[in-house]
Amino acid sequence: MEITRDLKNHKVQLSENAIALVKKICRRFNYQEGELINILHAVQSQFGYLPAEIQELIAKELDISVAKVYGVVTFYSFFTMKPKGKYPISLCMGTACYVRGAENILNEIKRQLNIDEGETTPDGLFSLSSLRCVGACGLAPVLLVGEKVYGRVAQADVRKIISEYKAGCLTHPTKE
Amino acid sequence: MAESYHLLKRADFIFRNENDWEEILTKTIKRTPQDIINELISSELKGRGGAGFPTGLKWKITAEAKSAEKYVICNADEGEPGTFKDREILSRVPYKVLTAMAVCGHIIGAKKGIIYLRGEYHSLKESLEKTISEFEYYCKKIKLEFSVDVFMGSGAYICGEETALFESLEGHRGEPRNKPPYPTIKGYMDKPTVINNVETLAHTFTIFKYGAKKFYDLGVQFSRGTKLFSVSGDTPKPGIYELELGMSLQDFVNEFGDGDTKAVQVGGASGFLVPRKKFQETAIGYQGKLTGISLPTGGSMMIYNSSRSMFNVLDNYLEFFREESCGQCTPCRVGCQQLLIGIKAVKRGERPAQYLDKLLKLTETMQLTAKCGLGQSVANSFASIVENFREEMIY
Repeated sequence: MEITRDLKNHKVQLSENAIALVKKICRRFNYQEGELINILHAVQSQFGYLPAEIQELIAKELDISVAKVYGVVTFYSFFTMKPKGKYPISLCMGTACYVRGAENILNEIKRQLNIDEGETTPDGLFSLSSLRCVGACGLAPVLLVGEKVYGRVAQADVRKIISEYKAGCLTHPTKE
Repeated sequence: MAESYHLLKRADFIFRNENDWEEILTKTIKRTPQDIINELISSELKGRGGAGFPTGLKWKITAEAKSAEKYVICNADEGEPGTFKDREILSRVPYKVLTAMAVCGHIIGAKKGIIYLRGEYHSLKESLEKTISEFEYYCKKIKLEFSVDVFMGSGAYICGEETALFESLEGHRGEPRNKPPYPTIKGYMDKPTVINNVETLAHTFTIFKYGAKKFYDLGVQFSRGTKLFSVSGDTPKPGIYELELGMSLQDFVNEFGDGDTKAVQVGGASGFLVPRKKFQETAIGYQGKLTGISLPTGGSMMIYNSSRSMFNVLDNYLEFFREESCGQCTPCRVGCQQLLIGIKAVKRGERPAQYLDKLLKLTETMQLTAKCGLGQSVANSFASIVENFREEMIY
């Protein structure tokens, strides 16, 4: 909400509010380098993602190199440098899900949404990613929308799940 | 050999109620550290994460290390595909784990415990923290100085490796360290650290409560006690089961298979695939027997029936390893990539079948030269799948 994206140049402009918020989070963790992961979690939960400009700001605040921050951001799959959709869809590709047809589900979602893994639909509603084993192997194959878990998903269920969210979005157009 | 195998025996210790945790904690910390360590050693409890290091010995070495600052860490970064037992323990009997951590802290001289919780288990965090604050309140009441923090993982399988986990806790990329020094001497913040799997800690509670003998009497030689198994795949009853160690895989399949079981992957992606013809001779437990095959496991038991292609299974494991290799050491980083490219090339007929032998050699090299358990254990699933289902890799 506080980040303006310049899609053409892949640059983002941080508002003063956004800058203040990031600084506040860094202060809350006492500018400790050891708290970097916690800081990144806190910042990402505010902005939804961690663009390069935010990483630079955090590096400056903690007095560490940008490379160090970037290294951590790109190491852990929970951190993302691209904004996720309003409804982030994640598909478990752990072995139990995989042998029970997760790949077909993944392809079906790609077909329905017309996006690839790691991408977001142009309307900003859905993004797609694959996960490694969510620890619900008894329910394989497993699909997550946000934190909601769908178990024993069949290929035919995909359209229904997606349209439910689309419909929900239409009935609550003001809910940002 | 026959005497060491026994039929499948169910048990119920881990999830048995924990209402008496206050009593157990108060009673246990009144005993001398030496006494508790001796009891743990005589129970022969081994680490339930899969590596099987004797727990009592780990606590003993850390207790003897000289440092004013020490830590107790509970490894709840349950990432092995097909394992979901730790989540159950932390949501159903969290006080057992916390009690065990506090007792460990008391023995080794640590005032701080950390639970490294898998990022995917974020939903557990809130209730766990509530439990912790009640637990800490009781510790204060009995004048035991011990606090516990929850640290959320961020989605990296490698962080289940203990030294990578320390790196992650310290805010770095989760890249494993060289060993030695071992965590018992230099762990989190370079201080002596006990790091145990969630289930291991829960078992120590059983031992504090019922005594070492009760635990020792379960299971078989070298593999004492019970273990939680996460059963998934082609089974009519997926779920978590507590069983005595040492059963044969045949008995396991008789109980959990769907009647058409072709193979079982024991121990997740880093474990071994056992084909049907070897079910009878394979036991589930720690290595140490002179005869027969004994497979250790963190508890993941994935059952495949005859409709499953073993090529697809291996393909999935290798993709997993390629993705999760931290990239720090070359054998693992490049090895995982080449293995995946290699089996696909053989499948497409671009490489001769003999190329599989070259790939097997590559996994041997990885086993010898990779820095940590991730790269070293790729050979387990690769060799056991390729050797037993060679024709499926080619045609």
